[in-house]
Amino acid sequence: MASTAEVVVAGVGLIPAGEHWTESLRSLALRAMRAARADVPGLQPQALYVANMLAPSLSGQTHLGALLADFAGYHGIEAYTLEAGGASGGVAFRQGYLAVASGLIDVAMVIGVEKMTDKVGPAVESAVASNVDADHEAVQGVTPMAQAAMVMRRYLHETGAPSDALAGFSLVAHKNAVTNPNAFYRREIRAEDYRRAPMVSEPLNLFDAAPIVDGAAAVILARSDRLTSNDAYPRVRVGGSSVACSVVALHDQRDLLRLPAAAESAARALSQAGVGLEELDLFELHDQYSIYAALVLESVGFAQRGRGWELARDGAIQSDGTIPVSTFGGCKARGDTGGATGVYQAAEAVLQLQERAGKNQIAGARVGMAQCLGGAGATAATHVLVRLDGC
Amino acid sequence: MEVSRHWRLKQQRYSLVGEVCPHCDSKIFPPRDICPDCGQEASQPYKFSGRGQVYSFTTVHNPPAGHEENAPYTVALVHLDEGPMVTAQLTDVGDKAVEIGMPVEMVTRKLRSDGERGILVYGYKFRPRLLPA
Repeated sequence: MASTAEVVVAGVGLIPAGEHWTESLRSLALRAMRAARADVPGLQPQALYVANMLAPSLSGQTHLGALLADFAGYHGIEAYTLEAGGASGGVAFRQGYLAVASGLIDVAMVIGVEKMTDKVGPAVESAVASNVDADHEAVQGVTPMAQAAMVMRRYLHETGAPSDALAGFSLVAHKNAVTNPNAFYRREIRAEDYRRAPMVSEPLNLFDAAPIVDGAAAVILARSDRLTSNDAYPRVRVGGSSVACSVVALHDQRDLLRLPAAAESAARALSQAGVGLEELDLFELHDQYSIYAALVLESVGFAQRGRGWELARDGAIQSDGTIPVSTFGGCKARGDTGGATGVYQAAEAVLQLQERAGKNQIAGARVGMAQCLGGAGATAATHVLVRLDGC
Repeated sequence: MEVSRHWRLKQQRYSLVGEVCPHCDSKIFPPRDICPDCGQEASQPYKFSGRGQVYSFTTVHNPPAGHEENAPYTVALVHLDEGPMVTAQLTDVGDKAVEIGMPVEMVTRKLRSDGERGILVYGYKFRPRLLPA
């Protein structure tokens, strides 16, 4: 149990986010798990951590750990689900990190999977609404989208920002998704498209909300001393890992325009990694609703209160900007895959740091941060990933 | 059927009964037994006046199951006069344009219906305030 060994992301496996009518929960997961295994042949997972939030309600299926470990042929290993709403992927990644960092597990696989499209309409709205406070919000007909809309209205009201202030987040995400083969919406939108978009929950319009789709993403975490030295790609270590929680119900938030869990978990993860905000080359943030992208940038410290939207307006979040976000399209255009989102984010950050991002490559990326949120910022899971050189 | 689940919340749902903290006098809604302000035990019942102001709001066009017949409907964060915020639907709005700061008061209405054989859930909603405070 050499405590000095690093936890590295040894392999990643992604499948396209989208509407997979021919695929089931388990077949989606298997494809991503196989892709991750093929990315680092020879490493046998000793543990499987499943990130999922809606299988109990949308697929009538719990007990995903055993189900997926068996389906993939990983007989006898430890396997279970981690659930924290939209932050499930991040907390499962953290569980993998903790397991390997503890020295008790040498190789862990994290699989994020969500099967959204087997149900439609009110059944899906009810399922995603199970993320809000059931007794005090969902009973009133409040959904995560309604939460985001109320936060957005307050943001526009308090800051005096223009009604299209958040457009830049959607524009950049769509632009980045064009060259991502795993993205659901692979087309650009124009500022004028945003302005003309129909309202889905005033003042939130169609382009302020991410599409809810199927998806699966897997990563393999390993102790660096378990890897052979002839790596195919530069090594990426988990430099910092943190999960923080705030409150579930919007009405219990002290300040609607600040996400304390996002702030806290980012600060801890950055501190552990010994990295400053200015050293980050990219930030995969949770842009399920464009308002949360703005609040995350403010809460984490990239912008002052009420001014996060200016980073989108001024191009700072573009691929050639000072802090590129959603470099493969984010939730907005890659697609919101629920509990799998955090694993997509981590895998995408790894691809950037390993110079495997193709046309989406951020030049010279060495340090990346991935943060996913559950609900309206009730849970935030943040990971700082650092490229190791000379290995 | 979830009868007991809703029955046990009847005090807060029908009468807006929350709690008051005996240590720092914070008014708490929904009741949670531990004061969010000072962290101490706070389980003394407190009946709210039901008056407040709209803090933020939106319209739900894509309702979850059980709310279809009511859609589209307006939900709001209501800042109660006694301090806490509550999430609730607005009702009886008529032609009035809802806006931030609008004075509202609590009424009891049907919240959701769980199908032909399910229960009807009643509870608080808020309407534009009728009488001067």
